Amino acid sequence: MTGTAFLFRNRIVPILLFALLALVPAYAAFTDDRFILLFVTRILVLAIAAVSLDFILGIGAMVSFGHAAYLGLGAYAVGILADSDIWAAWISFPVAILISGLFALVTGAISLRTRGVYFIMITLAFGQMAYFTATSLSAYGGDDGLTLWSRSEFFDTGLFSDDTSFYYLVFGVLLAVTLLLKQIAGSRFGRVLKGAKQSEARLHAIGIDPYRYRLAAYVIAGMIAGLAGALMANQSEFVSPAYMSWQRSGEILVMVILGGLGSLHGAILGAVAYLSMEEVLSGYTEHWRLIFGPLLILVVLYGKGGLLGLIKGGDKS
Amino acid sequence: MSTTLLAVQTLNGMQLGILLFLIAAGLTLVFGVMDFINLAHGVQYMLGAYLAVAAYKLTGSFWLALPLALLAALACGLLLEFLVFRHLYDRDHLDQVLATFGVILFLNEAVKVIWGAAPLSVPVPELLNGSIRLFENFNYPVYRVALLGTGLGVAALLYVLVTRTRVGMLVRAGASNAPMVAALGVNIRRLFMIVFGFGAMLAGFAGIMAAPILSVEPGMGDNLLILAFVVIVIGGIGSIRGAFLSALLIGLVDTLGRSFATDIARMLLPPSAANDVGPAIASMLIYILMAGVLFFRPSGLFPVRTA
Repeated sequence: MTGTAFLFRNRIVPILLFALLALVPAYAAFTDDRFILLFVTRILVLAIAAVSLDFILGIGAMVSFGHAAYLGLGAYAVGILADSDIWAAWISFPVAILISGLFALVTGAISLRTRGVYFIMITLAFGQMAYFTATSLSAYGGDDGLTLWSRSEFFDTGLFSDDTSFYYLVFGVLLAVTLLLKQIAGSRFGRVLKGAKQSEARLHAIGIDPYRYRLAAYVIAGMIAGLAGALMANQSEFVSPAYMSWQRSGEILVMVILGGLGSLHGAILGAVAYLSMEEVLSGYTEHWRLIFGPLLILVVLYGKGGLLGLIKGGDKS
Repeated sequence: MSTTLLAVQTLNGMQLGILLFLIAAGLTLVFGVMDFINLAHGVQYMLGAYLAVAAYKLTGSFWLALPLALLAALACGLLLEFLVFRHLYDRDHLDQVLATFGVILFLNEAVKVIWGAAPLSVPVPELLNGSIRLFENFNYPVYRVALLGTGLGVAALLYVLVTRTRVGMLVRAGASNAPMVAALGVNIRRLFMIVFGFGAMLAGFAGIMAAPILSVEPGMGDNLLILAFVVIVIGGIGSIRGAFLSALLIGLVDTLGRSFATDIARMLLPPSAANDVGPAIASMLIYILMAGVLFFRPSGLFPVRTA
């Protein structure tokens, strides 16, 4: 790989991406376009979930097909607490993260016994169990979901209720999460994960059992996706089982693969590209999938490594 | 819960199992032999159903529509293989997931454009209309019995093909070690194409058979695709026998669970709670089953021995 391409893809692209995202509220205020602000907020929330999935998928080679379950768990934590009149974010957010972490710990401990497509399917199974449990919560709307009457509160600030400050909150969380996970990926812990992806036998040979590292990574990713879910409940002021459907899990998975695996900011790029292409194309025709489907195929056929791989100067080795 | 209801639901469960087997057989072979994750297998089932509708409109006869739609399903499968899948065999699993997901989006939308979003159907053929009395006070539609019989027949045929013919031998060899088969001088690309076309035709066949009893609509293959993956994972990837047994198991567990879970929950819980919990547990059963099987046997019930 040439030095400039590497520099471009791993330094300039993420900086540019975050810089552009930081300017969105200014653009929205300038053009007086509230829709774009809300739309990009939604993208960023899903980008947080996508980054957490890329952390276990791109770096740890764990293909989770049940990642939407954590979005749902986080969202339901906020929704159910709000239903019992607890609006304080300093209570609901830690609860959301903790519950997601617990779910990841239990299901991860079982799932990580399997490999490859069996792992994909067992994570799907747990995701579906969470989904159907949510549909049975008739006290909280069952299938129809639960409408929140307002957003969470953070002491007496308008952090959540004001659209612009909420945008920066989500933006800040995404930035922090990306930096944190990049830090972890570069640490000894991250190197063990990458090593396990290449050869488990060699790791065992030098006295490291990758199982615990994988489980820890799985729990971290689950907690972050749960945080994204708590933000999503606030963003849409609505919680429903659809947040946990396998289609949603698949969508996040597609975002990550589309962006390019293992770089973390690739997942953000994927979420932005996926959701804005959907938005733009569906503006032209209701049959936008006729264009979007073949586009995905072309990205795979002509770019190795997703959109990041398409960026010019990519390595051909 | 009465014996009649139990009998009806058992037959319905077997029928779902047979449909699942027809879809899962192709999926497990394509996966086992080519190591190719084909998410678009579900839309091939849907395509079969739509082709049956189109062929029926053209000919006005179910019996002419059946072979016509079957050939068209095969042609569509081979066309997809030629245009897209062929270029993905030696790619990463996740690339295959993304590209075949694109195929799903495209085909689900394409049938909507061509045939409209409203559900369609094919009338049950005259010959198989009506119902037969299986035992006292218990009638069952002839078409559904015929579907069961046909499915079992196809399963038997497939068993003979895979275990008793030369192509079947190559397929089994490919499932345990494809590069070695290629090294022994077998044209593996052609084998792949045969397996793929055959799998697409089986899925299409399932769609054609389902067209008279289920509504034909865009996206009808998506949920069955997930069920078919559950089937092949429980059965062990690449194993036809595993796919057959676990398809029946999943069909029965799902159908019987949906009919009786609420009643069973009522015995243990107060009625209002049972009404909430019953349907949820019923929908979850197959996933609980899968998680349980994978916990004790991480490679499914009938793992294919690989090198």
